[in-house]
Amino acid sequence: MAVAVAPVREASVVSDVPDLRARPSWRSAKSAIMTGLMMLAVVVVAIPLVAILWSVIDRGAGVAFRAFPSFFTAEVPTVSRRVGPGMGPAIVGTLLSTGGATVMAVPLGVLGAIYLHEYGAGNRFAKLVRFMTTVMTGVPSIVMGLFIYLVWTLHFGYSAFGGSLALACLMLPVVIASSEQMLRLVPPTLREAAYALGTTKSRTIATVVVPAALPGIVSGSLLAIARAAGETAPLMFAVGAANAFNPHLLSGANTSLSMQIFGNATLAFTGAQERAWGAALTLVGIAFLFTLVARIATARFAFKR
Amino acid sequence: MEVPVIFELENAEVYYGSFRAVHGVTMKIHEKQITAFIGPSGCGKTTMLRALDRMHDVIPGARVGGTVKYRGADLYGPGVSAVEVRRRIGMVFQKPNPFPKSIYDNVAFGPRAIGKKSKADLDVIVEKSLRAAALWDEVKDRLKASAHGMSGGQQQRLCIARTIAVEPEVVLMDEPCSALDPIATARIEELMRELKNRFTIVIVTHNMQQAARVSDRTAFFTAEIDPKSDTRGGVLVEYDATAKIFSNPSDERTENYITGRFG
Repeated sequence: MAVAVAPVREASVVSDVPDLRARPSWRSAKSAIMTGLMMLAVVVVAIPLVAILWSVIDRGAGVAFRAFPSFFTAEVPTVSRRVGPGMGPAIVGTLLSTGGATVMAVPLGVLGAIYLHEYGAGNRFAKLVRFMTTVMTGVPSIVMGLFIYLVWTLHFGYSAFGGSLALACLMLPVVIASSEQMLRLVPPTLREAAYALGTTKSRTIATVVVPAALPGIVSGSLLAIARAAGETAPLMFAVGAANAFNPHLLSGANTSLSMQIFGNATLAFTGAQERAWGAALTLVGIAFLFTLVARIATARFAFKR
Repeated sequence: MEVPVIFELENAEVYYGSFRAVHGVTMKIHEKQITAFIGPSGCGKTTMLRALDRMHDVIPGARVGGTVKYRGADLYGPGVSAVEVRRRIGMVFQKPNPFPKSIYDNVAFGPRAIGKKSKADLDVIVEKSLRAAALWDEVKDRLKASAHGMSGGQQQRLCIARTIAVEPEVVLMDEPCSALDPIATARIEELMRELKNRFTIVIVTHNMQQAARVSDRTAFFTAEIDPKSDTRGGVLVEYDATAKIFSNPSDERTENYITGRFG
C-alpha cells in the first residue's frame, strides 16, 4: 500500500558540516599526561621484577644446570669450601615443611572463611576472629618461629613438622582473609537460585558458592604458599640445620632452600655462594611450578564461564 | 466451578527492619491457575511473591506477619523448614540466573539436591524438564555446554526447566520476561499456559498486557502513604478474575492504573 509521504528535497550542498574531530584541550592533555604516568608506573614496577628474575637466572642457572641433575639430587657438601652440587636435601626439606603447612593451613583457612562469611556474618565471635586474623597478618614471621620454638620444638625437638607449624601460622590469616574476600564476591543471585530449588544452606555452599569462589580461593592460597616457601626466619628455630637428606616429616633436624640460601650466601667461599644462587633459582622454579599446576587444576574444578 | 485453594493469605504483611513494605494482603490463590500480581514500582508485589516461598529468610531483617497458609499449613508456623517449603514452591527470578555450570548440570541441580543420583534417572528428568520448558530441541546437542553461552530468553527457559525439574506444585515467577525481547517473551507466555496444566503459577509483572494475556486472576497492588507512620507501603487494592479487573474494575485506583492514568 502506498503511503503518501511529503517529498523531501535533499540539499545538494550541505552548508554546515559539524566538525567532530578531537581538538586540543586541557582535557585531552590531562588524559595524555595521566596515561603517560601510568605507563611509567608499570615500567617502574617491572624493573625490580625483571631485575630479580634476571639476576637469579643469570647467576643460578649455570650452577644449577652445569651438573644436571646432580644439583637437584646430591647432598649439600659438608665442607662449604667445595665447589659444586647440590641442594637435594634442601628441596626435600622445603617440600616437607611447606607441604605440611599447606595441608594444615589451607583447609582450615578455607573452612574458617566459610564460617566467617556464611554462618558468622554479623555475630561477635566472627567479628573477633576477623579482627584477630587481621592482627595475625601483621605478626613478623620470626615471632611465629619463636612461638613454635616455645610450644613445640622445646618439647619435641627439631623437625620439618615444626617448620610446617610455624609456616601454617603465617599462612592461616592470609588464606582466611583472601578466601573470605572471594566468597563475598559470589553474586547473591546464585545463592538465591539454589535456595529457590529447595537446596539446604550447606549444599548451596558446597555446590554453588565454593565452586564459584574457587579460582580466587586457589590464587589466594597459592600466594600464601609461595610466601611460606620462601620464609627463612621461622624455620631456623623449628627445623634446625642439616646438610643430609631427611625425608621424615616428624623427626630429625632438616633443612630448606631458604635456609641454605641464607647459610651459603653469607659464607666467603665462591662455591657456597654459587650454591646459594642455584638454590634461589630452584625456589623460584618451584613456586612457578606450583602456580602452574594449581591453575590447571582449578580450571578443571571451577565453574565454566 | 469450585477450584481448590492453594494459598490463603490473611492480613499478610512484610517488614524490612522497621519498614512495613506491604500490608493487609488477604487473598486466596487457586490451584492450577495463573495468578498475576500487577502494580507500579514499589507497591510490594515482588515482596509479597517472595513471602510465598520464604525467600525473605535469606534477607537479614526481613519479617513476614499475618498468616500465609499453603494448603492449610502455616508457612511461617513453628518448626516449618524453608527448605521443605521451597521444594514444593519453586521460583523463577527477574534476571535469568543459571549456575555457571553446563546446561545439563543446571537442570539436574535440584533433583541431585533431593538425592536423585542415578545417571539414567537424571537423564530422563533433564530431558523431560527441558521439553516442558520448550528448550529441548535447541539444546539437546549441547547439554554439556555452559549455560552462560545461551541467549537471555534461553537462559530464562533454562531457569524454568531447572525449577520444574524438582516437580514443585507451585512456580512463582518474578517478572520473568522483563529482561527479554518480545519474541522471547511470547515463548515464555506460551510456556506458562502449557505449564498451567501441571503447576499453579503466580507471576509478578510490570506489563499489564502480559497479565491480561496469561492470567486467570489478577491482583492489583499499589503504594500508599500510611497516615499513621507517614511511610509509603504497598497494599492490595483489588483481586478478581482477570477479565473483570481489565474490563470492569470495582476500585477507582485500579481503573486509573489499567487505563494508564498513572503508574
